[in-house]
Amino acid sequence: MDCFVASLLAMTIEQLGIQMTAANITVSETPLVLYTLRRADDALILGHRLSEWCGHAPVLEEDMALANMGLDLLGQARELYTYAAKVEGRGNDEDRFAYLRDVRQYRNLLLLEQPNGDFARTMVRQFFYAAFADLYWRAMMRSGDTTLAAIAAKSEKESAYHLRHSSEWIIRLGDGTEESHRRAQAAIDELWAFTGEMFAVDDSERGLIDAGIAIDPAPLRAPWLKTITGVVSEATLVLPNNDWMQQGGRSGRHSEHLGHLLSELQSMQRTFPGATW
Amino acid sequence: MATPNIPLWEVFIRSRNGLAHKHVGSLHATDATLALQAARDIYTRRGEGLSIWVVPSNAITASDPSEKGMMFEPAESKIYRHPTFYDVPEEVGHM
Repeated sequence: MDCFVASLLAMTIEQLGIQMTAANITVSETPLVLYTLRRADDALILGHRLSEWCGHAPVLEEDMALANMGLDLLGQARELYTYAAKVEGRGNDEDRFAYLRDVRQYRNLLLLEQPNGDFARTMVRQFFYAAFADLYWRAMMRSGDTTLAAIAAKSEKESAYHLRHSSEWIIRLGDGTEESHRRAQAAIDELWAFTGEMFAVDDSERGLIDAGIAIDPAPLRAPWLKTITGVVSEATLVLPNNDWMQQGGRSGRHSEHLGHLLSELQSMQRTFPGATW
Repeated sequence: MATPNIPLWEVFIRSRNGLAHKHVGSLHATDATLALQAARDIYTRRGEGLSIWVVPSNAITASDPSEKGMMFEPAESKIYRHPTFYDVPEEVGHM
């Protein structure tokens, strides 16, 4: 029966002339479009990672907390994609940016595509990013671009809470049981090399910084490190001495994990282009 | 999902200025800070609140359901305690 329905469906799709795969869009990455897509991709990819916990978190309360943070990020992504589409002005929209770009076209930080791992790893990833995002969006509220400034004002409040929530967990995991300490420390060691990318700036972004549209993330590293160090030491954990940092996400060179994430995120629109329900 | 050995908390939300905190439910959390955060995430997602209280469930002393005859039935026959035996002038409006 299922087989029959499947063959009927396949036949119908063929008869309707629906293409079974959707091609990648092309994006005209002017500096402002690229800048906005980078932040949008950050929010979408981390939000999607958090959504993977839905129904799997250690306790019901944390299941809700993770989903809430994921939805905050999805909301940020939608606003940023919509703005990128408007700036680009070539008929793309939030869905096309999210569903019809391949791995190499994604511009998110490598940190954010890293797999959830155990709960400690998810929390450390959230903590490293939220401590940065909180500072970043607060500074971006002074952007000369009024849309970005408004998105920053909304995102900052959300990031502030993500930071508080993840900080409390880092302290409890680090200063908890032997096992939770070991897992939290392993997560810090594993993810540390992905934190440098948050503060990097390329030529495309330098122009926007000089124009007062974007802010320079480099000076945020000192206050970020101060926040991180405070929480980590209270948690009886340590930061690695390692200064070597992995980069590539901002220019589309990703870890092997992003492709798997996108295949799940995009499967529906890739298989049934333009499907709505 | 089982939540072994994690203390239970009662959650109270005040929805607007001038109103009282109302009991909305309970949750499990290891300590007061996390209980407050969990309450925020579970009970104020649709803009329900301006203020949250969390109270350890074991801090609440409750009346015994088996004593409800002694505790509550005597009040049922005292209708004169309701303020329904005098007229409120029209001009007073809603009290």
